[in-house]
Amino acid sequence: MRYSGWKVITQGLLGNKGWTPAWREPAPKAEYDAIIIGGGGHGLSTAYYLAKNHGLRNIAVLEKGYLGGGNVGRNTTIVRANYFLKGNQEFYSHSLKLWEGLEAELNYNVMHSQRGLINLFHSDGQRDAFARRGNSMINQGDDAILLDREGVREHLPYLDFEQTRFPIYGGLLHPRGGTARHDAVAWGYARGADRLGVDLIQNCEVTGIDIENGKVVGVQTSRGAIKAKKVGIVVAGRSSQVAAMAGMRLPIESHILQAFVTEGLKPVIHHVISFGMGHFYMSQSDKGGLVFGGDLDFYASYAARGNLPMVEHVMEAGMTLMPMIGRAKVLRSWGGIMDMSPDGSPIIDKTHIDGLYLDCGWNYGGFKAVPASGWCMAHLMATDQSHEVARRFRLDRFRTGHLLDEEGTGSQHNLH
Amino acid sequence: MRILGKGQIDRNRPVSFRFDGKSYQGYQGDTVASALLANDVRLMGRSFKYHRPRGVLTAGSEEPNALLEVVGATNQTPNVRATMQEIFDGLNTQSQNRFPSLSFDFMGVNDLLSQFLSAGFYYKTFMWPRAFWEKLYEPVIRRAAGLGRLSGKHDEGHYEKAYAFCDLLVIGSGPAGLAAALTAARAGADVILAEEDRELGGRLLADEPDLDGAPARDWVSSTEAELRSLPNVRVMTRTTVTGAYDNGTFGALERVGLHTPARADLPRECFWRIAAKRAVLAAGALERPIAFPMNDRPGIMLAGAVRSYLNRWGVTAGKRVTIFANNDGARQTARQLMAAGVEVAAILDSRTDATAIEDCPVYLGARVTDTSGRLGLRSISGAHVGGNFQIETDCLAMSGGWNPTVNLTCHLNGRPRWNVDIAAFVPSEGVVPGLSVAGSANGDFTTHACLAAGQAAAIEALAEIGVTAAAVPLPRAEGVPYAIQPLWLVEGKGRAWLDFANDVTSKDVKLSAQEGFTSVEHMKRYTTQGMAPDQGKSSNVAALAVLADATGRGIPETGTTTYRPPFTPVSIAAMGAGGRAMGFAPQRFTTSDQASRDRHAPMIEAGLWYRPSYFPKPGEKTWRESCDREVNMVRSAVGVSDVSTLGKIDIQGKDAARFLDLVYTNTFSNLPIGRVRYGLMLREDGLVLDDGTTARLDENHFLMTTTTAAAGLVMRHLDFIHQTHCADWDLRLISVTESWAQFAVAGPKARALLNAVLDAPLGDFPFMACGETQVGGVKGRLFRISFSGEEGYEVAVPSRYGESLFRDLVAKAEAMGGGPYGMEALNVLRIEKGFITHAEIHGRTTAFDIGMEKMVSPKKDCIGKAMAARPGMVGEEREQLVGLRLAQETKAFGGAHLFTQGAEVERETSQGYVTSVCWSPMFGATLAMGFLKNGRARHGEKIRIVDHLRDLDLLAEVCDPVFHDPKGEKLRA
Amino acid sequence: MRLTCPLCGPRDRREFYYYGHEDYLQRPGPDAGPEAWDDHLHLRDNIAGEVRDLWYHETGCAQWLVVTRNTVTHEILSTELVADRKKKGVRA
Ligand SMILES: Cc1cc2nc3c(=O)[nH]c(=O)nc-3n(C[C@H](O)[C@H](O)[C@H](O)COP(=O)(O)OP(=O)(O)OC[C@H]3O[C@@H](n4cnc5c(N)ncnc54)[C@H](O)[C@@H]3O)c2cc1C
Ligand SMILES: [Zn+2]
Repeated sequence: MRYSGWKVITQGLLGNKGWTPAWREPAPKAEYDAIIIGGGGHGLSTAYYLAKNHGLRNIAVLEKGYLGGGNVGRNTTIVRANYFLKGNQEFYSHSLKLWEGLEAELNYNVMHSQRGLINLFHSDGQRDAFARRGNSMINQGDDAILLDREGVREHLPYLDFEQTRFPIYGGLLHPRGGTARHDAVAWGYARGADRLGVDLIQNCEVTGIDIENGKVVGVQTSRGAIKAKKVGIVVAGRSSQVAAMAGMRLPIESHILQAFVTEGLKPVIHHVISFGMGHFYMSQSDKGGLVFGGDLDFYASYAARGNLPMVEHVMEAGMTLMPMIGRAKVLRSWGGIMDMSPDGSPIIDKTHIDGLYLDCGWNYGGFKAVPASGWCMAHLMATDQSHEVARRFRLDRFRTGHLLDEEGTGSQHNLH
Repeated sequence: MRILGKGQIDRNRPVSFRFDGKSYQGYQGDTVASALLANDVRLMGRSFKYHRPRGVLTAGSEEPNALLEVVGATNQTPNVRATMQEIFDGLNTQSQNRFPSLSFDFMGVNDLLSQFLSAGFYYKTFMWPRAFWEKLYEPVIRRAAGLGRLSGKHDEGHYEKAYAFCDLLVIGSGPAGLAAALTAARAGADVILAEEDRELGGRLLADEPDLDGAPARDWVSSTEAELRSLPNVRVMTRTTVTGAYDNGTFGALERVGLHTPARADLPRECFWRIAAKRAVLAAGALERPIAFPMNDRPGIMLAGAVRSYLNRWGVTAGKRVTIFANNDGARQTARQLMAAGVEVAAILDSRTDATAIEDCPVYLGARVTDTSGRLGLRSISGAHVGGNFQIETDCLAMSGGWNPTVNLTCHLNGRPRWNVDIAAFVPSEGVVPGLSVAGSANGDFTTHACLAAGQAAAIEALAEIGVTAAAVPLPRAEGVPYAIQPLWLVEGKGRAWLDFANDVTSKDVKLSAQEGFTSVEHMKRYTTQGMAPDQGKSSNVAALAVLADATGRGIPETGTTTYRPPFTPVSIAAMGAGGRAMGFAPQRFTTSDQASRDRHAPMIEAGLWYRPSYFPKPGEKTWRESCDREVNMVRSAVGVSDVSTLGKIDIQGKDAARFLDLVYTNTFSNLPIGRVRYGLMLREDGLVLDDGTTARLDENHFLMTTTTAAAGLVMRHLDFIHQTHCADWDLRLISVTESWAQFAVAGPKARALLNAVLDAPLGDFPFMACGETQVGGVKGRLFRISFSGEEGYEVAVPSRYGESLFRDLVAKAEAMGGGPYGMEALNVLRIEKGFITHAEIHGRTTAFDIGMEKMVSPKKDCIGKAMAARPGMVGEEREQLVGLRLAQETKAFGGAHLFTQGAEVERETSQGYVTSVCWSPMFGATLAMGFLKNGRARHGEKIRIVDHLRDLDLLAEVCDPVFHDPKGEKLRA
Repeated sequence: MRLTCPLCGPRDRREFYYYGHEDYLQRPGPDAGPEAWDDHLHLRDNIAGEVRDLWYHETGCAQWLVVTRNTVTHEILSTELVADRKKKGVRA
């Protein structure tokens, strides 16, 4: 069923009785050409592009819970292409282009809103580091504008320019940066994949990976064994567990990242603001809640919930930067399990097992990567070749030293 | 309407407050909701999506409808629950999410369009044309959405945070909580009793049962008096426990000053972190509505709330009240209203087997199927076993049963269990270590059971921590069991609201199931059920019951969504208390801070420290003028600069030298006593961690310096290496950064200046020497090191003498044509000399990149050595440190990229980037440092510098990064 | 979240710095080869359940601790000083 304003009106007149399910609920088949483990953003987009770009039809996505129930449905929805290392730049740039056509591609309103992202800086040194970034972005063909203090004030007059602990020197504006509605991205890809014949199988946990003679032949699941010629592991924070089923040990540590939303408010914040010095960022959702977050809780965890020290730190950062939000009340806090890699950049690569592919290491920033990650993972699974824009996301780069460390914090997983 | 003789308000203390510009009168003890109801105001808000007129539904913090803005002198607070805001003289409130007024709201048109605004409609439209999303659709949607408004001004309110510790935290002060607290208190345990309401008592206040044959209030008062008299008990009213966290930590919000006019001595709120050895959750239960057609009109309330208003505030919510319930509990509302002289039109009991004997008409098997009254309820109609009814009524008190307040038990991922007997979820046991649940929070719905359970929970919890508590005599109370027959939804023509706040109706939940959003989490996200300010407290269970029905599953299989902190919303200001302005991070000041400020030096942040940027002289108009002068001064005379912020680590022990060999790439064990050496330190992953000098003060005594930025990092790193890899070595490390004030003295007249301040003239003291010295009788240390390329010394004295030494050095320097210099000059001096800082060692550079691979000793292991040899860490592909030189003066271009002349400007052709730039007064040129692919082989090449952001396109000559005195003759002078 | 430092007693999590899994204790020899070093610094079992990881009592006694902890429930099972293990001759 195609969605449109017209459909909404005609269906409304008919009492909304005619809407059909966004996706089927198929039972797993005995065998697939390709299986994607994980029904998050990346898994769903991988399945979608495998079908759409590579013509595969006999594909299943196996999700242990409900579609989009992992990080894709708990992130703070920032979509940007403001990286400065070769390897990351081309990938996120490609992703942003896909975002810009996503509604039309999926016939689903994912509310991609290019409201502009401002990264603040607080010293000459930070300014130069952001200038390097901005110049990289423009070299790549994306957009960036260096704002001085007055420039920031024009956009964000409510920041505390007078007495904040780390005075604002300026900001790097990325006009095409913004947000999107996270659930809609998962649902849009799910619906799109389903329409192309992909079986989306929920409540189906993969419990084993079957390998014969160094080649993957299928998976064991809570709903029985399923054969497959190719298997993609796309499970974000759970990557280590699933890879262990294939005897692999990954360069990943799982950590909690918390996020927060306030009660609904009339529009007050029109950008995405990032305050690196205080590890704080914020935007306002279309519903009116202030959506914000900060750093990891820093200890390895699978609990998908955090503790007060980071909660309070985030609130304190908000208060020093923009005390006008003080009276907004935090409605809900939650956490997601982040697949932290030793250089903060992802992995999209083959494994040493034939037919087994890996897409992980998204750290705190894989939401914006959803379209390109699916695009490149599908390319890899279909052709056995890395896609041009993802060729530096190699699994062996930590051993070889070809690192993609944007933060420069080194191999300690939780510092990215 | 106020009822004489009822309620606990202080009728001798009238209070006047404003709502939507009109002045109303209430009494001390009223909330805005109770006072407005007393004034017959039923319309208090507008709903989120359809902007429907709404009145108050509850009498507590779970209120979904009556949300207001409280307007203060400088600020306004949005989304304040009318049910929680106590009134005081001068309180000014206004309704929100309406335009132009509460009774006439343009956006009410949404209500007429509701059929087109069904669940998730926005995912299906507004997609074309693409550019309209940001320009048209989104702004319109944003304006229509949202609830209250922030003022946009800095919140100047005063907030606090605090820690508390206890043996037993009791959450809630109803019968279960009071019994628990009393039992623990008498046992001598450290008790904190936290109660959200302004008074203790919980539903004992609202329901007014008899205890020991007397009004429950008597027992509440005597218990409170006893608890407050005990030194081991802290009673915290107006305090909501908002979250359960790990290892016995709880978050709690105390509303300290929100119930009075702003007072300088009272913070608005205080956020508590409570570390409790054990906790008893006695947070009671919350009543739930029934979803029947058009059930959202002002005047339709929860039966328990109607009882609360009557008993606590002496207010009847209507003149002719009707009850609609599926359980026995609500009968009490009818009886108490009648006893107070309020007319009860009828009791509509959905059950067919309940008693019909009351002092008012009782309809069994009843269903309400329609209501009327645009801005307030006028009538209801429906059917019962005996036929149809149509009742004129201005208040419908409904009850769909009670939900135990399980929230806190789920904060650590616990899931509640379904209990068929009470048709509600109850807490699972043991899901929050150290927390037990008692009373109605656990599904015990009689006063008697609550008292007993509270007591038992306290005794058991204390026993676990080795405190023996005895049972205390508890008052006699009723124990009539509660009977309920589930009724979630009455089908009918109109919309039946589940989530009042977010305007989610039963149709939306069914539509979500129809469209395949069948998991409860999908339903929640698709319909926004439970995502409003009340977090679905009164609606979630009914919504999932409707979903269960629509998908043909039972309620337990359907399950609940996840309960997350905070239990009730908490202001950012409260949890962020102390963060405002300078409070966000500690401020560190050097001993010369005041002296620098006395000279009008602008102070800038260097990590947590403050350092002088430059020292302006009369007549200097720009920082550059001062900076150039200071640079020339150092190069031609002498400059003084405070370098105390550099990290200093004292390292002693027989194995100290061996340890340094391990942590530095180069060797220190062969460093002679009395000498200093430059050292390079790697992270274990082979990238540069830090650099600095280390002095050998004695055979087994070294003093290491680190950069300002990495001081803490290096200390932690050294402790780690020591304790994990060589704990058995004879070695001690301690940071002495704050213990010493240290000043750089640099320039051709440096020695002369030192001789003017030191107690004895300097003898033979070659470059990289160190030793003890004495200044004005104070023992100090002297190092001959230089970060400027000039003959340089650093003199250190214990911190208490820092300020006077600095003033003395500066005064004497000035007499020699020198003076102090700041960070700007320091930066120029070091660029001229090609010294790196964290602009260059930014975490991605190797020793190879900065041309120091020879400093990695081949003769020994060191931290980072193995990983530095990875193929990706060396070789031509890597960008190497170079100097860049331009004849002209230009805007700064740090962060610009480098391109080979004639090449395209794009990602892959970028050859590197610029890290540091300055105007060099000595060379009369712009000097820069940067990283260039295979740069060391390209000295002499002209390279293109492109800075899109600053609109610069320049040519520079690539050269060695050491511009000044490459042979180091000045250093050694 | 609270941890019990063997030297300082029960303390708030804020006093501690977290490093990572105890793999960091097994430093390979200089010639162990790239695989061993990759294992040491990057590859992790990353268990959902009981793990041993390294915490530093940074604003307390400056001791590094091995904490036995459950990454699913956040229960803390035991804490010990890293330095003690070494001195007791435990191969780290
Ligand atoms: C609080 C927070 C804020 C964030 N903010 C941003 C942001 O602003 N911008 C941004 O770009 N990124 C952000 N991220 C990161 C981003 O959300 C993630 O990187 C990204 O969603 C991860 O990929 P995914 O969507 O595929 O993961 P997920 O949605 O987690 O998908 C993985 C799926 O695998 C399933 N699975 C796991 N194990 C198995 C198994 N054995 N069998 C079957 N299925 C299995 C899981 O149930 C899950 O559904 C944030 C993350 C969090 C938690
Ligand atoms: Zn300690």
